[in-house]
Amino acid sequence: MAALAEEGRVERDGPPAIIAEGLTKRFGATRAVDGIDLSVRRGAIYGLLGPNGAGKTTTVRLLSTLIRPDRGRARVLGHDIVTEPAAVRAGIALTGQFASLDEDLTGRDNLVLIGRLLGLGGRPARSRADQLLAAFGLAEAARRQVRTYSGGMRRRLDIAASLVVTPDLIFLDEPTTGLDPRSRAQVWAIVQGLAGRGTTVLLTTQYLEEADRLAERIAVIDHGRVIAEGTSAELKARVGSGTLHLTLANHAERERAVALLAALGHQPRREVDRRGLSLPVADADVAPDLIARLIAAGIPVADFAYGQPTLDQVFFALTGHAAEPEGAATPGPGLEVMR
Amino acid sequence: MSPRDAEAPAPAPVPPLDRHPPAGPVRETLVFAGRAVRKLRHNPEQLFDVIVSPIMFTVMFTYLFGGALAGSPQDYLQFLLPGILVQTVMFTSVYTGFTLNQDISKGVFDRFRALPIWRPAPIAGAIAGDVLRYTASALIVLAVGMGIGYRPEAGPAAVLAALALLNLFAFGIGWVFTALALLVRTPGTVMTLSWMVLMPLTFASNIYVDPATMPGWLQAFVAVNPVALIVTALRGVLGAMPDAVDIGLALVAPALIVAVFGPLTMRLYARER
Ligand SMILES: Nc1ncnc2c1ncn2[C@@H]1O[C@H](COP(=O)(O)OP(=O)(O)OP(=O)(O)O)[C@@H](O)[C@H]1O
Ligand SMILES: [Mg+2]
Repeated sequence: MAALAEEGRVERDGPPAIIAEGLTKRFGATRAVDGIDLSVRRGAIYGLLGPNGAGKTTTVRLLSTLIRPDRGRARVLGHDIVTEPAAVRAGIALTGQFASLDEDLTGRDNLVLIGRLLGLGGRPARSRADQLLAAFGLAEAARRQVRTYSGGMRRRLDIAASLVVTPDLIFLDEPTTGLDPRSRAQVWAIVQGLAGRGTTVLLTTQYLEEADRLAERIAVIDHGRVIAEGTSAELKARVGSGTLHLTLANHAERERAVALLAALGHQPRREVDRRGLSLPVADADVAPDLIARLIAAGIPVADFAYGQPTLDQVFFALTGHAAEPEGAATPGPGLEVMR
Repeated sequence: MSPRDAEAPAPAPVPPLDRHPPAGPVRETLVFAGRAVRKLRHNPEQLFDVIVSPIMFTVMFTYLFGGALAGSPQDYLQFLLPGILVQTVMFTSVYTGFTLNQDISKGVFDRFRALPIWRPAPIAGAIAGDVLRYTASALIVLAVGMGIGYRPEAGPAAVLAALALLNLFAFGIGWVFTALALLVRTPGTVMTLSWMVLMPLTFASNIYVDPATMPGWLQAFVAVNPVALIVTALRGVLGAMPDAVDIGLALVAPALIVAVFGPLTMRLYARER
């Protein structure tokens, strides 16, 4: 299925920025990355979405040549990550999950240091640093030690440090974790600006909204595996075109409601809220009829809503985590789980 | 609408900048050395940490035991100070490991390792930057010593020679702590382990007392203790009686350490974490 689409994209955009096949990395008994396949188009923003411990950071460290895979292969910007790591490093920039700045130095010194290491002379390195500091709203803090910076300032400086020389590909590992909404919006704008000027972005996140907002394609990863891949719209479509959310008046009625809805050909999911159910439906028109039948069967409905499935629901449907206390994930119709 | 609710201002666009030709190993090493210097300028207290105990020992031993050990505090200070200088640069060299481990545990090295630079440059640069710290800490301790009456009999040229010798020695010793820094998890552990190595080496030596009164087994240890060898050489240099054999012997241990720990450190550094 994906192979055809893949070829089409290759023809349009040249070779992918990242192509990984069966990438595997173990730490002792932990399979941090367990056979990951990826294909990222040049110029795209690509999202790796997954919960804590899913293997996002390990994937980024593999692709940025910091660690070597146990098995599998990957080419980044056309170069093999194992046999040509230097060539890979020449075109990438990495902003790790935890700010990798020298806290003893000023923000400006940090950027000048990277500039000098990338071959800029003293004066060009300093003027580039000032340019970046101004662009990221850090001009006033430029001459303060990084240890005095707030989380949002560190994040922006950390990203700026990856842009001293414009990379062809930038890895951003959870760039907005721990940021307030305002700083998050700033980072989003930075990421979109980057992609707008042709840099490929591989972004990891635990925020479904973030992947939805930024990424052209998303790989959902869990326990080191890609469990679903596609555009945000595709992922949503796999769960059904729409979702009906029901809140029953009384949780004791829920199992009866599930049985009744199932008998009508639906696949209701039990929500964390013990009175809540959600079910994929073709369109909103069926809602009044379903609610009328529930009421007729003596199951009062306190509240209902119809909407697009959120990425959140997609994620839970795919992983079966948390949202399903009973454990049995009931994926929506047409859902392809790639396990 | 409160300002918090307002959409965050989009950062100004960053103009693109094309890749430059690589700086090359020498310049990259110098850039890292410059970083060490800058760090020291921002955190001079780091130097203070390592010189405070040598200074305390100098003052304490001179006035408490100087009379008993050497007849007069002044004579004792003349004997003690070269050894204290050795102790000072050794303590300073521990900080090389400490800083390196901090870089690793804080993730700074991950960024360096993903840059298209000569891989050993961060370590080579840190060690090169140490020349300044060794020189600065030795000069401060020397100045304090002269303040309470120490006189380098051999004059300024000998002081320069002594500084060069101290730097060579500390450069060698520093590789032990660098390797250690790459092996253990936290900067604190580096410190603790380093002190466990340093304490016996500095006290079971000829820094404080002439080993002639020590038991035989201890004298045997002092005779081969690299710290004692460098102290002997340094006393010669500063006391206007430089001895080529002493100096040669003093540099054997640092040379061996570089030969063993240098490659080991590079191996540990290249290892993935
Ligand atoms: N250096 C390491 N040594 C041992 N285990 C590791 C190491 N790095 C990662 N792991 C393990 O591998 C798994 C994946 O970790 P990874 O950091 O890639 O997850 P993540 O998706 O980035 O999680 P988070 O969202 O918490 O950052 C985890 O179980 C983790 O404990
Ligand atoms: Mg992570």
